[in-house]
Amino acid sequence: MSTLDIKNLHVKVEGKEILKGIDLHVNVGEVHAIMGPNGSGKSTLARALSGHPEYEVTAGEVLYEGKDLLDLDPDERAREGVFMAFQYPVEIAGVNNSYFLKAALNAKRKHYGQPEVDAMEFMQLVQEKAKLLEIDKSMLTRAVNEGFSGGEKKRNEIFQLALLEPKLAILDETDSGLDIDALKLVANGVNAMRSPDRAFIVVTHYQRLLTYIVPDFVHVLSGGKIVKSGGKELALELEAKGYGWIDAA
Amino acid sequence: MSHVAEKPTAFSSALDRRPQGGPRWLDDLRSRGAAKFASLGIPTVRDEEWRFTNASALGTIDFVPAGAISGAAERLNGFPYTDAPVRLVIVNGRFDTTLSRMKGLPSGVHAGSLAVALRDHADVVQRYFGQLADFTSRSFAALNTAFVQDGAFIHLAEGAVVDTPIHVIFVSGADGSTVMAHPRTLIVAGANAEAKIIESYVGTSGEMYFTNAVSEIFVGDNAGIDHYKVQRESLDAFHVASLHAHTSRSSRFSSHSFALGGKFVRNDAVAILDGEGGDCTLNGLYLSDRDRLIDNHTIIDHAKPHCGSHEVYKGILGGTSRAIFNGKIIVRQDAQKTDAKQTNRALLLTDGATINTKPQLEIFADDVKCTHGAAIGQLDDDAIFYLRARGLTYAEARDMLIHAFAGQVLDRVQVQPLRAALEAELFEQLAKDLAEVDGKK
Repeated sequence: MSTLDIKNLHVKVEGKEILKGIDLHVNVGEVHAIMGPNGSGKSTLARALSGHPEYEVTAGEVLYEGKDLLDLDPDERAREGVFMAFQYPVEIAGVNNSYFLKAALNAKRKHYGQPEVDAMEFMQLVQEKAKLLEIDKSMLTRAVNEGFSGGEKKRNEIFQLALLEPKLAILDETDSGLDIDALKLVANGVNAMRSPDRAFIVVTHYQRLLTYIVPDFVHVLSGGKIVKSGGKELALELEAKGYGWIDAA
Repeated sequence: MSHVAEKPTAFSSALDRRPQGGPRWLDDLRSRGAAKFASLGIPTVRDEEWRFTNASALGTIDFVPAGAISGAAERLNGFPYTDAPVRLVIVNGRFDTTLSRMKGLPSGVHAGSLAVALRDHADVVQRYFGQLADFTSRSFAALNTAFVQDGAFIHLAEGAVVDTPIHVIFVSGADGSTVMAHPRTLIVAGANAEAKIIESYVGTSGEMYFTNAVSEIFVGDNAGIDHYKVQRESLDAFHVASLHAHTSRSSRFSSHSFALGGKFVRNDAVAILDGEGGDCTLNGLYLSDRDRLIDNHTIIDHAKPHCGSHEVYKGILGGTSRAIFNGKIIVRQDAQKTDAKQTNRALLLTDGATINTKPQLEIFADDVKCTHGAAIGQLDDDAIFYLRARGLTYAEARDMLIHAFAGQVLDRVQVQPLRAALEAELFEQLAKDLAEVDGKK
């Protein structure tokens, strides 16, 4: 079954066309890696899919579970099960992290006509998922991302992913700025969430992440287009040869 | 503006009929206050301290001294924490014995009518009264002084500690006429004494009147006063008030000001840190909407070494409302090792709302730490998007951020039922303002 169907997607940012016709098909349960050199449009694709207001779709179509994704507001997309792990998670002063997580969880529950999560249930859920990502108590009681280290911010993103159980998770350079221990932790979190009911789009600049999160497909983005697609071995080839041969090809 | 200038004769007929009696020193003080006001008049925008606040309208209205009003008890209903176990109720400037309840205060703690204290605690009152609220340059303090008659008096003997918050509630009501009241509060805390004191100013919406309040607070050696001001006047009322605090060696004073009502509001808060090792917090949260004006002027005067001061003022502005924040910090030559921090933030919900903000540092000592910062603006778009990307609607995301903004001041309120009531009141008003903002989209 198809989770995401992107056809001829064109996206402008600040008046400049960045994506120039993306075609991508993601089936449920699949993990797709999007790689490419700086400025190729990887993050633009992730952000456009999440509905960021500064990313303007000028042509093309995106179907999510057969529905027009582009017609939905960012929060509707989230409630429908699209999750983006931010490259740069935002600090939100004065909003307690666990209060925020509960609000996010309840927004989704409400959407599916479920009752709000009660305090006990929430605690249990949080404890279970927190273990996976080694989220300590202080990260839950502090303000959202405020004063978090780079690694803590990324762990907090994947922690939210684990809590919200999306149908489509988009990781926007989640590995950037992480040391190897933090990277393994984040990758373990993601791997634990892999499921036949869930699809992933993993945007990354480095092959390193894909050693730990092994993708089903690898796509190489260059100049706003997918220039090469293949299996997981394509990532290794890129690692060995660099991005130069793609552009030359 | 239709108001050209203040009438030189503002309040003159009322001043001629100002209260008389009581001790002779008080009568003298009233006369000096009246004379000073006659020469100062109502401040104009040419006065640096009133540059952005045009008070001239006050001079065009014939306010009459307020008398008794109907249904005073009912007028308390619905305002934050008016059901406090210990409360002093002052109706139109006069202490109301029936509505007040002072039972349960520990020995060494006296709370009651100022008029009565002028007689029964004459020595303490005379020693402290008017020592802080200088009226030689402050018009409205002069006006208040001219009309001094009654208000609240709280005295904590040395070492007296009272756990139950003392709530002083000033109720104003017009009953159809345009009245004014000049309530006065005097709080004297002896060495090592501690108390939580709330001053509330409340009035029924739709009524137009003028409250001109002056409060003086003396915090003795190593004493601690946790003070709250809740201004929830009628949305058509004029509210001018000044709070003057004086701290001693190692004493702690905190004041949290919540301005939720009034059409024309001017708050002055002045703290003089006059003993080594003292600590002072001046926080404020104000909400303005429609065409209301809220002006906060604060002064923290570091006169002695090793004192800390912390100041956070936050405002949420909607409609075409205006706000002014002027925060002055003075560090005297003697006040080495001062640690002063001031933060001022305002959130503008509409394009029509404006704020003028001005930090002022006057530093005469060389070994001090002083920081100040101001931030004015809209909600952070990145934060809104982040919350929306987690499934919260735009309105939910916005409300969460506004609550967080206000929460940083609200969370400091140590009196739980007061905090809960303030939170409810604030967010109820905000919901209306935001609905209006949404409606215009």
